[in-house]
Amino acid sequence: MSTPNPYPGEAREDILAEAARWLDAGKGVALATVVTTWGSSPRPVGSQLAVDDGGRMIGSVSGGCIEGAVVKEALDVIGDGKPRLLDFGVSNEQAWEVGLACGGKVQVYVERLG
Amino acid sequence: MNRDTLTALLQARKHGTACALVRDLKAGSQSIVFIDRKEGTLALTPSQKSLVLEVISEDRSGRLDAPNQDLFVQVFNPPMRLVVVGAVHIAQALAPMAVLAGYGVTVIDPRGAFATDQRFPGVTLLQEWPDDGLMALKPDRRTAVVTLTHDPKLDDAALSVALKSNCFYVGSLGSKKTHQARLGRLRRMGFSEAELGRIHGPVGLTIGALTPAEIALAILAQITQVRRQGPAALGAAA
Repeated sequence: MSTPNPYPGEAREDILAEAARWLDAGKGVALATVVTTWGSSPRPVGSQLAVDDGGRMIGSVSGGCIEGAVVKEALDVIGDGKPRLLDFGVSNEQAWEVGLACGGKVQVYVERLG
Repeated sequence: MNRDTLTALLQARKHGTACALVRDLKAGSQSIVFIDRKEGTLALTPSQKSLVLEVISEDRSGRLDAPNQDLFVQVFNPPMRLVVVGAVHIAQALAPMAVLAGYGVTVIDPRGAFATDQRFPGVTLLQEWPDDGLMALKPDRRTAVVTLTHDPKLDDAALSVALKSNCFYVGSLGSKKTHQARLGRLRRMGFSEAELGRIHGPVGLTIGALTPAEIALAILAQITQVRRQGPAALGAAA
């Protein structure tokens, strides 16, 4: 018998592969990654959201609570190329107008791809 | 992340190679760490590198502890796998559900009438005898095995391979009575009570599932429970 592929298929929603396709199509792309969580947070460390310069997105870094703000930052990152480390949460001292309804805190790293 | 790093990550995923992307969140530099090498501009001390390898083996992405807290390690392990023995109606529901949940799915069935691409679009099919097929896949601690054929010839063959592996989940379809008969046969094949205790049978969480899709849901829920909470939690819940 032939040896079967031990890791078949595109098993998961492939955010990085999609982001690479956007890059190849000439779009500016930023990648947001959850790097730390405290308390109750909807998405675990390593969760990713890719955003293109038209605001299209794939993946998530929360249950939808902070994506809007992350996309806004991502567009700035695509513009100036400087990565940013963002903090979101109830006791956040930064003037974010968004927060996590669940009471948790997350830290999101946003970087430009390509 | 530069394009070379992205390409290297996609290649590693395609080939099922475990690795981690390490970023310095302050400096913005990064490297990919494989078991046997490193690619990228971020320099790592030997002790940092061994910490990264530890994170990979534990599959636990995150920032390292002080004094390395600026290093964020994101693990890219190959997907968890689900091997389904029996290309039956329940498998037709279970395979796509498991793919959505992030598993690489292989369905094994030697019976050509069942294991067809029309019945399992996009799923890897192995038309092999279950013990040969399962052995070739080398089930490991990131693999779940479920038998669904109801045919002792096929199910027992797969179970005898699964129980000798360290796969994290073994489930077998069948009523309590069927399961008792199955345990009796496997006992006579020489399996210990501890080994037999690894088999989840009747398979799936008890949610009153009736249709093939509902039974598939109960099975995937149980696999999730064992993966996330461990077999101990399952015992406590029962």
